Amino acid sequence: MDWPFFTEVLVGGLLSGVMYSLVAIGFVLIYKTSGVLNFAQGAMLLFAALTFVSLTERGLPFWAALLLTLAAMVAIGATIERTVLRPLVNQPPITLFMATLGVSYVIEGAAQLLWGTQVHGLDLGIDDRPLEISGVLISIFDLFAAAVAGAMVAALTLFFRYTRIGLGFRAVADDQLAALAVGLSLDRIWTSVWTAAGVVALVAGLLWGARLGVQFSLSLVVLKALPVLVLGGFDSIAGAIVGGLIVGAVEKLAEVYIGPFFGGGIEGWIAYVAALGFLLIRPAGLFGAKLVERV
Amino acid sequence: MSLPTALKSAFFAALLGTAALTPLAGAQADEQYFPLQSYRVGPYAAGGTGFFGGFIDYLNLVNTRDGGVNGVKLTWDECETQYEVERGVECYKRQKSKPGVAAWNPLSVGIAYAMIDDVGRDKAPLITVNHGRTDSTDGRVFKYVFPLLLNPYSETSGIVNYIAAKEGGLEKLKGKKLAVLHHGSPYGKETIPVYQLLAEKYGFSVEQIEVPHPGNEQQSQWLSIRRSKPDYVVLRGWGVMNPVALKTAQKVGFPVDHIIGNVWSNSEEDVIPAGEAAKGYTAITTQASGAEYPVLQEIVKTVYGANKGNLDDKKRIGSVYHNLGIVNGILNVEAVRIAQAKFGKRALTGDEVRWGFEHLKLDAARVEALGAKGLFHSINVSVANHEGEGRVTFQQWDGGKWKVVSDWIAPDWALLRPIIEKSSLAYAAEHGITVRDPAAEEASN
Repeated sequence: MDWPFFTEVLVGGLLSGVMYSLVAIGFVLIYKTSGVLNFAQGAMLLFAALTFVSLTERGLPFWAALLLTLAAMVAIGATIERTVLRPLVNQPPITLFMATLGVSYVIEGAAQLLWGTQVHGLDLGIDDRPLEISGVLISIFDLFAAAVAGAMVAALTLFFRYTRIGLGFRAVADDQLAALAVGLSLDRIWTSVWTAAGVVALVAGLLWGARLGVQFSLSLVVLKALPVLVLGGFDSIAGAIVGGLIVGAVEKLAEVYIGPFFGGGIEGWIAYVAALGFLLIRPAGLFGAKLVERV
Repeated sequence: MSLPTALKSAFFAALLGTAALTPLAGAQADEQYFPLQSYRVGPYAAGGTGFFGGFIDYLNLVNTRDGGVNGVKLTWDECETQYEVERGVECYKRQKSKPGVAAWNPLSVGIAYAMIDDVGRDKAPLITVNHGRTDSTDGRVFKYVFPLLLNPYSETSGIVNYIAAKEGGLEKLKGKKLAVLHHGSPYGKETIPVYQLLAEKYGFSVEQIEVPHPGNEQQSQWLSIRRSKPDYVVLRGWGVMNPVALKTAQKVGFPVDHIIGNVWSNSEEDVIPAGEAAKGYTAITTQASGAEYPVLQEIVKTVYGANKGNLDDKKRIGSVYHNLGIVNGILNVEAVRIAQAKFGKRALTGDEVRWGFEHLKLDAARVEALGAKGLFHSINVSVANHEGEGRVTFQQWDGGKWKVVSDWIAPDWALLRPIIEKSSLAYAAEHGITVRDPAAEEASN
């Protein structure tokens, strides 16, 4: 066994997993409070990255472009909640899911109408050259992305634990009816959550955009988040992080060590195999809340 | 049509399922019609706007400058496919009812595959410039399909010949190690047997590594490459896979100037998102990029000067996809011109234009007369050879533009022809197709 190589693959996988977690967190935020699996998260991520890069290419300074994009994402999140989800409240989950699927196509089309179809490079000023630690190469950019993800999780934790709206969010996540009964405004909390999902989409969009280039296929990164959610649970931020790490490591180790026996190219589906296996043992995921219904 | 206008038309057309509005919709008796199954929205819109923009710019040039081909106006309309096969087929069904169809140019492997039987029944040529089924090179079996300039096997041979030239000759390939990083699709896998064949012939070893679609994660593949230390990596990618490959290569410390891209990994869209990581990357092409060629200068002056240019962003004039569209326009128009010389200066049937393609011979002098000297080399299509012996060249990205770094290189057609015929004859047997006799057909002409 070539242990330095194994370590390199494992570390690379874990760091890739952090990038998947960034996308998964956006899903968790919305699912936890409203029970909606927001399929438009990928399109929101694309819109954020495309808006930011288009503004900087038109000469806006980094921070001005970031603030304007942030404002656009807040507006999009709030608009989706107000115009699509709120009128559909109390509809079956599949209806809400299909609504977000439709929203996803609208956002993708609008992004291309507004900013054009060209691909763009996005340079965040972080060098992507490898760093050698004891013979193991580690990407500086991946370390940066992991630090950003860590900071974002910390910020979200503080927000939900110590702010009024955050506490309201947790109350709604625990029991919507009880939250209503004590006078919490569901509308306001849902709007805040969609806004937060827009902000998460911006952070994920910038990091994924810097890695892949800003182009239409950026919205496909949602496919990487789905097995993460199955593994970690749809309603747990900690689950999104741990699930991302597991999926990243499993994908890379399987591709390198098992892939050659299957002709390669297995990492696209091996994460789903792992997630399905997990689903059979633990349907709610690692950290997901177990659903108990009175019948 | 400006890009936002074209995009809006395409977007609403996609929503309504109707053809996008274009300046010249429909065809009259003295008009030759090009149905365009284009894609201006969706994941591959960047390539679609460039290619179809170049194609339309050339048709516009011929109409504006020459009044059409021998007085026959060229018309076209666009139907938005979003690069989806079912939409492409739907467009085909709708557009084929219009009179004067010259040729189909979907620029999509999937749509082209889905149309092969239909174009045979409807007797109209299907052009798959630089792509498509390799065995459709054999026109004895695939009468209406034309993978003009370059099929995937010729591309493979061209790349190996280029690497050999860099190393000092084909004999220097012995003992070398190649890795082919290919897209996880039928397109990506098509060249697996040819690389094996060439490896056995020239004595190099080859490791073929698949990247699952869409290719936005390649850490494990590149770590494997780093471990096996190949002399060269051939990138046979598509879309987002290409910039991610270049970025990940940088991440694992593989030298970019030892990565050679194939013909669908050679555009600005493939390198710009990779930023600094793409500087020094080399890729094969059948047409040089740049706007310095006389035909492009005429397009700038005549078409864009009259505000009829198809590209909204003029900086894209002379880009890889735009120039491919222009070259494709030249090949289509010249096929019509050649067919007119036989059948008369009028709107032709699809079958007559097919005859034109089968006699499409543009030597260096004719290419120069068309204002395309240096833009592409030549073409020599025949009944038996629908590819037409296109030459390839290699271009290197300097961080801002592509720069040609090789002469025109000829693939090893003699070596490839028996494999192509084996496959095409099997197809003929499977589909009950009578193999054509080129000599007898030429004699009867």
